[in-house]
Order: sequence, then structure tokens, then C-alpha cells
Amino acid sequence: MSLEIRALSFGYRDTPLFSSLDARPLRRGELTALVGPNGVGKSSLFRLIAGLAKPSGGTIMLDGSDTARMPSRMRAERIFLLTQHVAMRAALGVFDVVLLARRGWRGGKASDEDVARVEQTLESLGIEHLSDRMVTDLSGGQQQLVALCQALVRDPDVLLLDEPTSALDLRRQLEVMHLISDQTRARNMVTVAALHDLGLACRFADRFLLLHEGRIAADDHPEAVLADDRTGRAYGVGINLERTGKGRLVVDPYLHP
Amino acid sequence: MADVALRAGERYRLRIFRKSLFVAGAFAALLLAVCVDIGVGPGFYSPLDVLRALVAPDSVAPKLAIIVWDVRLPVAVMAVLIGAMLGVAGAQMQTILHNPLADPFTLGISSAASFGAALAIAVGVGLWPVGGTFFIAANAFLFALATSAVLFMFTRMRGVTVETFVLVGIALFFTFNALLAFIQYQSSEAQLQQIIFWMMGSLARATWTKIGICAFLLLLVVPLSWARNSMMTALAMGDERAASLGVPVARLRLEMLACISLLAATATAFVGTIGFVGLVGPHIARMLVGEDQRYFLPVSAAAGAIILSVASTLSKGITPGVIYPIGIITALVGVPFFLSLVMSIRRETWH
Repeated sequence: MSLEIRALSFGYRDTPLFSSLDARPLRRGELTALVGPNGVGKSSLFRLIAGLAKPSGGTIMLDGSDTARMPSRMRAERIFLLTQHVAMRAALGVFDVVLLARRGWRGGKASDEDVARVEQTLESLGIEHLSDRMVTDLSGGQQQLVALCQALVRDPDVLLLDEPTSALDLRRQLEVMHLISDQTRARNMVTVAALHDLGLACRFADRFLLLHEGRIAADDHPEAVLADDRTGRAYGVGINLERTGKGRLVVDPYLHP
Repeated sequence: MADVALRAGERYRLRIFRKSLFVAGAFAALLLAVCVDIGVGPGFYSPLDVLRALVAPDSVAPKLAIIVWDVRLPVAVMAVLIGAMLGVAGAQMQTILHNPLADPFTLGISSAASFGAALAIAVGVGLWPVGGTFFIAANAFLFALATSAVLFMFTRMRGVTVETFVLVGIALFFTFNALLAFIQYQSSEAQLQQIIFWMMGSLARATWTKIGICAFLLLLVVPLSWARNSMMTALAMGDERAASLGVPVARLRLEMLACISLLAATATAFVGTIGFVGLVGPHIARMLVGEDQRYFLPVSAAAGAIILSVASTLSKGITPGVIYPIGIITALVGVPFFLSLVMSIRRETWH
């Protein structure tokens, strides 16, 4: 049971982004960090997987079936993309917004189960106290937590997170990454997160995918990818890896003279 | 506060119950406004006489029965329908374009209708070959619809964003205004007067046939929009977020644009240019119940209808014996109402 990317090609206008991109199957219960410099196509790859953009070639298979052939509503139920943080400007309440993600387009009254699930998810992210507020009144970080709630209440098979911690403070970053990693195992999801903080990524991810020059340049467990020359080359930096006394890996990037 | 002891879900249920009360309250206020509108007019009759004429037309003087049934009632009902149509069209337009300034007027649909009407009045040229009572209205309608079709085609083009769409709408607005000025410059004094009168917007053109057509359109569009209310609520959060929830954003936008065009084109064709209602009705609704479409849509419709109903009453009441074109009054009614709401809501958040 997994997500597979086969011979994927995609580009904008005249600039091809990927040509025939392949990746080893992404397994359920595994948290993968998608890393690579800006503009390399991390968000585009997510959009392709979620079906928000159409590839010019190749297929994406979820548990053996082609996602392009799924009805869009069903695909959206199974694959959820938490887009990069952009401010929400709608005059909607926090609880309403999360409930909307849970319920999809079913009409009528929200069931007790749906309401309870939203309550519980808001609590698990520590934002139960925000439930009566308007999303427009929240800070960027709080909005990002609300968006993450939306992602979790949907119970997707595949969870794609585009920089889920970009607007969060230190403590929230750790809490959110812990929660994502726990939920990935508990709900047996395929989770892929695009992360810029390699230290954070390395601490929580089971696997690193390095995207560079339109292909998966490296695909291994975090330490192996970080130790690989190609990672430093992709970002145009040097990377020192050190271990702390507690055995935790510290990523120490530096600019080449 | 008692609310604090409740769980988040219970507070949510309480909140949506309150919003439902707002919807009911808005329609009650509308009913009141309509009653006042029917009761007021150049002939001074007591409210009781008017009521009797409504319930049993045969029991009152024929003159009163005619005034109530053929003059006051069509105008009052037309005010409600047109107000609701403009309110709904404005609400949908603002939602699909993520732009609080969007309404059928700012995007040129109404200017196109005015141009079509002016063309029919001054040159006698119509896109619709048959003449008669609907000649001017039909021409206005067809021009408005053609403009929507142009906007429609732009959305189908690749790489067109919502922002460019709004810009194209504004460009159309100026184009039609220029063309309209051109016609006005060329026309005779009598024609000019007729064009200007048409543009001012008046409910005096209300007839039961037009009311039937408007009611039919609302009965067509409102259930269609209602069935898409969760999708539209999701769309209010932004295109990408809605799409990741599975909303077919492009298709939804086209469907809603078609609905808006029909409503706006018909409203303008029948009563002329009545600005402001489609812009402010939805803003009032947003302040009262937020953008959850289950409440936003009915309250926008009710707010539009109330503004037009009150404007209709005032247009008869300012100078006894004179009925002013309603297009002159709407902004005068809407602005104080809107501003008082802005102020009261701000005061609430200060506490």
C-alpha cells in the first residue's frame, strides 16, 4: 500500500520542471521530507500529486490505482494538500472552517461525530481556545495551525504538507512535527512534508527525498542524504554534520568561500 | 459568561442557531418594509383601507383597488425581487472574484445594459427584431448578456487570473460608458431625456409580467446556488484551499458567473441602473452573519430587498405627489444604514 510516482513530466510554458521523474514507492506510516532549494518544483510536485495540476506525462498511483482516473472529489478525499501558507481572508469562524474540511459537500446538519472530531483535533493542536474566533483575526502561525487542523480532520490516505511550520514559533514547530509524525503512524498515512529547516526535517522524517534539477537526486534515510555531497551541491552550500552528546544530529550549513 | 462552560462544538451549534435567527429577523424586517412601502403613496389612504383593498378588492372603491393592485403592489413586489436579485448577484460576484468591490456594476454588465437601452432609444437599433414594450428592455438584456459572454470567454483563456478578470470588467465598464456618451452626444433632446430617465432606474416600469419573469429567474438561480453553498463557502477561503478540498474551482466560477449574468442583466433591463444595492447588500450580510453561504446568501438577498423597499417608500414620501426615480434614492438609503452598521460593529469589538 503506497504512493508511486512514475515517469512524471511537467513544466510551465517553455520551462520544463520535471522530465520523467521517478521515485521509489512512498509507504504508509512513513514520514518523508521533501527537500531541495527554492524553485526546484516541490510545490508543483505536490500539486501534481493532489491533482491540482495535470502532468504532461507519467502517472501517480495510489494503492495500485491511477490517481488521474479517480473522480476529483474522491481523489480530494484520499489525498490532501496543505498549501503553502497564504493568509485566509474570509469572514468565517475557526470551527466552521475546520468543520467544512471535515464534511466536504454533504448538505444538512453536521453530525455529532463530525463536531466531536473537530473539537478533538482543535484540542490536539492546542487551539481549542481559538474556536470562536474569526480566521481573519488570527496571526499567521495560528492560521497555519487551523489549516493543519483542516488537514487532520479529513483523515486522508496521503497527506502533503507544503512548509507546514514556516509561520510557527520554535515550540509550535516541535509540537506540530511531533503530532504529524505520530498521526502518520497512528493513521497509517503516506505523509510528505516540504521542509526548509533540514535540522527539523532530519529529526522527524523517516526518509529524505532530495529534489534537484528535475529529478530525485537522492532518496535515503535522512543522515545518508545529508552526508551525500549532492545535498550540499543542490543548495550551493557546504554541510557539516555533528552529533550532540545526546546522539542528536545537528545540521551546520556554511557558505563556500 | 455562560458560553465558556460549553464545549467548542456546543458553542458552534449555538452560533449557527443565532445566525438562523438573524436570517429569520432579516426576512421579518423585509416584510415590515414591504408593508410600509405598500401603505405609502401619493393618494393618502389609511393603512386599514389599503389592507382591505389587498384582502378584498371588491369591498373598497374601485379607484383604491386599482391603485393598490396595479400601482403600489407591483412596485413593492418588484422592489423586493430586484433587491434580492442584485443582493444575490453581488454576493456571488464578490465570492467568486475574491473582491469586495466586485458587483455587476463595477464589471461593466450594467453599463452594457445602459448602452443597449440607449441604442434602442436613440437609434432604434435592436439586437432583438421584435419591437413592442420589451424592445428597450430586451436590447439592454442582450447587451448585458453579451458582455457577460465576453467576460466568460476571458475566464476560459489560459493564464487568466481573477485579478485580470476584474481589470477586463473595468475596461468594459469604461468602454460602454464612452459608447453611451457618444450616443448621448448624437441624440435629440427628447431622446437624451429618455436615455437619462432610463439610466436613473425606476420601479414605475413594474408590471406583473416582469415580476413573473424575475420570480422565475430567482426560483431558477437560488436553488442552484443553494446546492453549491458549501463549495462557495470553501471558495471564499481562496482558490488553492478550495481546490485541495476537491472543489472544481474553474467550473464553479463559470456556473456562478452565468447565474450572476442572468440576474444582473434582467434586473437592469427591467428597472434601469440601480447601483449600490449589489455592492452593499452583501457587505451588510457579511458583517451580520459572516461568509458561510447558508446564511450569507439569504441575508444578502434580504438586505438588498430591504434597501430597495425602503428606497421605494422614500421615493414616494420625500415630496408629496412626486415619485422620484429609485436609482437616485438607493445610495441615500444604503449609505447611512451601512455606516451605522460599520460603527456599531466596531464598537462591539472595542469592548
